Amino acid sequence: MVEFNLPKNSRIVAGKTWPKPEDAKNVKAFRIYRWDPDTGDNPRVDTYFIDRDKCGPMVLDGIIKIKNEIDPTLTFRRSCREGICGSCAMNIDGLNTLACTKGIDEISGDVKIYPLPHMPVIKDLIPDLTHFYAQHAAIQPWLETKTATPGTEWRQSIEDRKKLDGLYECVMCACCSTSCPSYWWNGDRYLGPAALLHAYRWLIDSRDEATGERLDALEDPFKLYRCHTIMNCAKACPKGLNPAKAIAEVKKMMVERTL
Amino acid sequence: MSYQTPMSRVIGLGSAKEGVGHWWSQRVSSIALIPLTLLAILPLGRAIGAGRDAVLATYADPFNALVMLLLIGVTFRHLQQGLQVVIEDYVHHRAWRTGLLLANSGFCWIVGLAGAFGVAKIALSA
Repeated sequence: MVEFNLPKNSRIVAGKTWPKPEDAKNVKAFRIYRWDPDTGDNPRVDTYFIDRDKCGPMVLDGIIKIKNEIDPTLTFRRSCREGICGSCAMNIDGLNTLACTKGIDEISGDVKIYPLPHMPVIKDLIPDLTHFYAQHAAIQPWLETKTATPGTEWRQSIEDRKKLDGLYECVMCACCSTSCPSYWWNGDRYLGPAALLHAYRWLIDSRDEATGERLDALEDPFKLYRCHTIMNCAKACPKGLNPAKAIAEVKKMMVERTL
Repeated sequence: MSYQTPMSRVIGLGSAKEGVGHWWSQRVSSIALIPLTLLAILPLGRAIGAGRDAVLATYADPFNALVMLLLIGVTFRHLQQGLQVVIEDYVHHRAWRTGLLLANSGFCWIVGLAGAFGVAKIALSA
């Protein structure tokens, strides 16, 4: 059921405000969601102050600086710091995005950071993505063929390869799926924009020979048709992709094979 | 506590192998309602306030009566399908959801049929 209030043990309480840096002219406040599974306390929002003259330009630079210099207990995922690994996805200034590609100067006022919405939190800014990854695996994101494997390679024309542009770039950061209200309310059954974008990426791959089976597996009121073209996915995607369009194409393929 | 694997949880009961008919029907009915509504409004507007005989004469015309019957049928089909999606989206308690889905179908069938019966009665009584 739709929940308008968080469960009692998830309600956010006032957190700690850390001291401002001395002699700093260019200070930015970071308000960051904190939750520690070991204490049993409710989540809180801690406030940190960053001297921007001594900090890199991106939000990730800011939180790495906080972890290194102010509070080593702040917990988050990060790896490549250049938008290709998808690890540092979080809700920044009200929008799911990658901390490494979001500039601090894009944000007016305080930098508010929460974990990706409506996911179980493991600690601080780290959501549990187990179910999300299983959904990706469930659409079988690999080439399925029935023809005997050729000696050298499966050939693909330049035009057919072009159909994968705007799909293959997905880094599975989960910004789209966790921005989707349908995924919030029915994420247990609805596959969500990320998994469905990947499903379409294999549906239109000219080399794939399991198109029918793939469509069979998707045709379901919950797995596919919970998408109501809300478009939060496309707005959130830090790679500029459009999962909603990919899902619309899947729905068109479904109709196409009945007409 | 359950040792069910994440993959097993995602697969669930598998694909229902339906949904495309519902989705396509919603699109087709929403578009069909545009001309149907326009065609039905004109004679209805003329008949309102024009007296009993004028109303009977309007719907004695098979075109007007059929347009009104189609409008009622498509409207309640569209309403039923639209509300079904809303219930599936927001109501997760299984018994409540099943009950509401049945109530939705029942309401749309009964009210739609009552409307159709009314039109038929007027059309055939002139």
